[in-house]
Amino acid sequence: MDKELLIPTSFADDRVDGVDKVTGKATYAAEHQLANMVYAVFVCSTIAKGSIKNMILADAKRAAGVLDIIYYANCPAVPGYNPYAKDPNKKGYEWRGLKVFNDNKVYSNGQPIAMVIADTMERAVHAASLVKAEYVKEESDTDFENAKADEKKLKKPGEYKRGDTDAYKKGEVSLEEEYTIPSETHNPMELHATIAAWDGDDKLTVYDKSQGPKGTQRELAQCFGLDEKNVRVVVEYVGGAFGSGLRSWPHVPAAVIAAKKVKRPVKLIVTREQMFTTVGYRPHAWQKIGISAGKDGKLTGITHHAVSITSRYEDFGEGIVNVSQFLYDCPNVNTSYRLLPLDVNTPTWMRGPGPATGCFALESALDELSYKLNIDPIELRVINHAVLHPISKLPWSTKFLKECYVLGKEKIGWQNRPTVPGSVTEDGMLVGYGMAGGVFGAGRGQASAKGILKADGTLTLQSAVSDMGPGTSTAMVTMGAQFMELPANKISFELGDTDLPNGPTQGGSGTTSAIGTAINVVCTALKQTLKEMAIANVPAFANLKPEALKYEQGIISVTDNVSINISYTDILKAANKPEIEVVKDSGRATAEAQKYAMNSFSVHFVKLHVHPVTGVIKLKQIVSAADAGKIISENTARSQMVGGAVGGIGMALTEEVNIDNRYGRYTNANFGDYHVPVNADAPPMDVVFVNKADIIISPTGAKGIGEIALVGVAPAIANAVYNATGKRIRNLPITPDKLI
Amino acid sequence: MPTQNKNESRRDFLKKSTALAALTIASPVLTKAGENDEKIAALFEQMPLRLEVNGVAHALSVEPRVTLLDLLREQLHLMGTKKGCDHGQCGACTVHVDGKRINSCLSLAVMNEGKKITTIEGLANGDKLHPMQEAFIKHDGFQCGYCTPGQIMSAVCCVKEGHANNAEEIREFMSGNICRCGAYPNIVDAIMEVKKGGQSL
Repeated sequence: MDKELLIPTSFADDRVDGVDKVTGKATYAAEHQLANMVYAVFVCSTIAKGSIKNMILADAKRAAGVLDIIYYANCPAVPGYNPYAKDPNKKGYEWRGLKVFNDNKVYSNGQPIAMVIADTMERAVHAASLVKAEYVKEESDTDFENAKADEKKLKKPGEYKRGDTDAYKKGEVSLEEEYTIPSETHNPMELHATIAAWDGDDKLTVYDKSQGPKGTQRELAQCFGLDEKNVRVVVEYVGGAFGSGLRSWPHVPAAVIAAKKVKRPVKLIVTREQMFTTVGYRPHAWQKIGISAGKDGKLTGITHHAVSITSRYEDFGEGIVNVSQFLYDCPNVNTSYRLLPLDVNTPTWMRGPGPATGCFALESALDELSYKLNIDPIELRVINHAVLHPISKLPWSTKFLKECYVLGKEKIGWQNRPTVPGSVTEDGMLVGYGMAGGVFGAGRGQASAKGILKADGTLTLQSAVSDMGPGTSTAMVTMGAQFMELPANKISFELGDTDLPNGPTQGGSGTTSAIGTAINVVCTALKQTLKEMAIANVPAFANLKPEALKYEQGIISVTDNVSINISYTDILKAANKPEIEVVKDSGRATAEAQKYAMNSFSVHFVKLHVHPVTGVIKLKQIVSAADAGKIISENTARSQMVGGAVGGIGMALTEEVNIDNRYGRYTNANFGDYHVPVNADAPPMDVVFVNKADIIISPTGAKGIGEIALVGVAPAIANAVYNATGKRIRNLPITPDKLI
Repeated sequence: MPTQNKNESRRDFLKKSTALAALTIASPVLTKAGENDEKIAALFEQMPLRLEVNGVAHALSVEPRVTLLDLLREQLHLMGTKKGCDHGQCGACTVHVDGKRINSCLSLAVMNEGKKITTIEGLANGDKLHPMQEAFIKHDGFQCGYCTPGQIMSAVCCVKEGHANNAEEIREFMSGNICRCGAYPNIVDAIMEVKKGGQSL
């Protein structure tokens, strides 16, 4: 593997798929045209718990264009739903999550209970509206506060301890506070959708909104008892996902079942309302933090407890309390994390899963502590900067967190921050400044890639990854150009098809380093192949060893006598080959990497105004500073940081799934009532990168950006609100009513 | 709902009467009477519609309940116009009708009789991108690209309406178009540039 090649940061790196996206040519899951295709539409439950006594289908069956109505009583057997029915002691694969149409049980309100298939979309939608269900209703429980109070309902304690338990109670300066966040939905702009088409009984093609084509292929092959090679998953473009595409939700097998039953390709689009109840969300969470420090600011104890919700049929947990274990140097730390099953659908990873929630509590608590200590909140963090990872005692591969403080502090104008909350106004508005840190893991995953070098001078790189928006193709072309020392316009990157070499699931900020490493290995192999081909086919190179040759900018030459040289295109011509092709795998992380802790870090700074009477918050500026390793594409990296901050604005100020506990039903399952940030909510934003390569993680030097872009934004805003008003809001979102 | 029942009975009436008529005129091959009932009834439920999409005149026959958005996507296969909510809340389906920006999911296709529709596919001049498309690429006014056609169509009108005089105004008048990837500052920059460039839109 090559050492890190110096990748210059480009400032003119337009997205390689930009033209497709601005002209409407980019094709998303529901947009593939298949001959003879029909439409499936879900019917969802209107109770939160119980069972279906009777499905009333007569009207729907009579409706025009209806081909079939599938529900539990007539759903064909799905092999992966109950693979061990005959042998219950056997363990192995079983479809995880809701087994749609498997039985008559209702686990949450809005659960798909039937599916109407018709020849046009309008007919399917109309017929679905005619399907009714009679239920045996059971009392449902969706009330987080009530249920949490009952210890018996909490499960899966995960505990961690170092030093003394609850040391904060004896600390010189301490506080103990509770923090809550409501459930938050991903709601990418593209509706989740699946098109399924069978070719005979054993071959399946699926067009899906998936963050991992290979993962979807594996899930479907196992679920339907097919050979993986007979399942093709195509994911050309993904219209955002933020985690909701990390696994297959009920609509994916449902579309496959429908296509099998009606023997035609079926398109199933999940409606915006159904996206609230079928494709996951960031779970509602309660946290309690006890934290203490000496008068010098040195932390002496952190206690962090958390409870988050899950469904009755599946446990979903995430690393909410982990940040308190390692983000700062503290001798005494104890944490606990428990799950609370309710009659709701299963939550899932959403941008910055774990740390986004955990940092809201920890970074708010640190801010509170800074006022008690009368120490600047940045200074407090610097005092407690961890040089070695507090759990593993390993050094970080790279850690430029202190640099982030310096860069961001200057850019936001931290010196203007009022030291006394609520003491400064501008144009009649209270002025507040706040900051908070973010962190996420930065390990490197495994990936394969193919490189096809053609005699016309172009290089096509391929991997079965999908790109939900960050600009994977752009980053891969940039890296391909650098590794192969060729102009970027000679390079293309193909993705989104399981027929391509094994790519990772796009999640956890790991795509660039994983595939980038595979591309690095591919390019190294191509150079080696070119040397060998020169020796075998070009007389001037005959009898030389590959080690005696060098590759520079597309030219193979003899190291000791560069006047003997040939271009790569001429080598292919001499060998009479239209193209050469190599497939390589990145392998797992190196043994060297085991000697280090690996994380990306961010620090977000906020300036805002609060109206003293109405409590309306107006963000004035956000500065995000990031230690994300080497920045491969300044353009797309900056956009990712800005986008994460916008997501953080929603988390802090507006986003909240409301549930009517009488019915266990969401009351705001649409964009009119669930408020994601709009353009007017986004202030001017600045992004500053430390931009120092981390070559221990991967030869790309990149550490990952996607998660740290959001993690820490919400507490930075909450801290600025306190600075402006003297009011500490510990339950998100910070709506004006909480400030007046 | 009463209207629904009314529709159903109208449909049943159509089916009965047309099926009878069909039998009298004929074909002994009509063996699957039920299925053909549906086809005949469906014909009566269609309405003629003439409109122009991206300069191409269409004479269509559509059900009255078909939205302009679904007509574009599912029947004319112009997939550039996106469905994000189907409720007029997100702006992904923004198109121009006679030069004005609208949410095509909130407009029934039959309401657009005789109108000129422009979608994202009709914005560029052949291979030459529209200035707004170029500006969106230059300022990276998107990530996933799904809201982008709606943003661009909206942005063109935002400038034409005279609502792009400063960043603050653009933010307000572009707030009907949600971008979940959060490209808002870049979108504002793109629109500012087009506005300053003063090209004919």
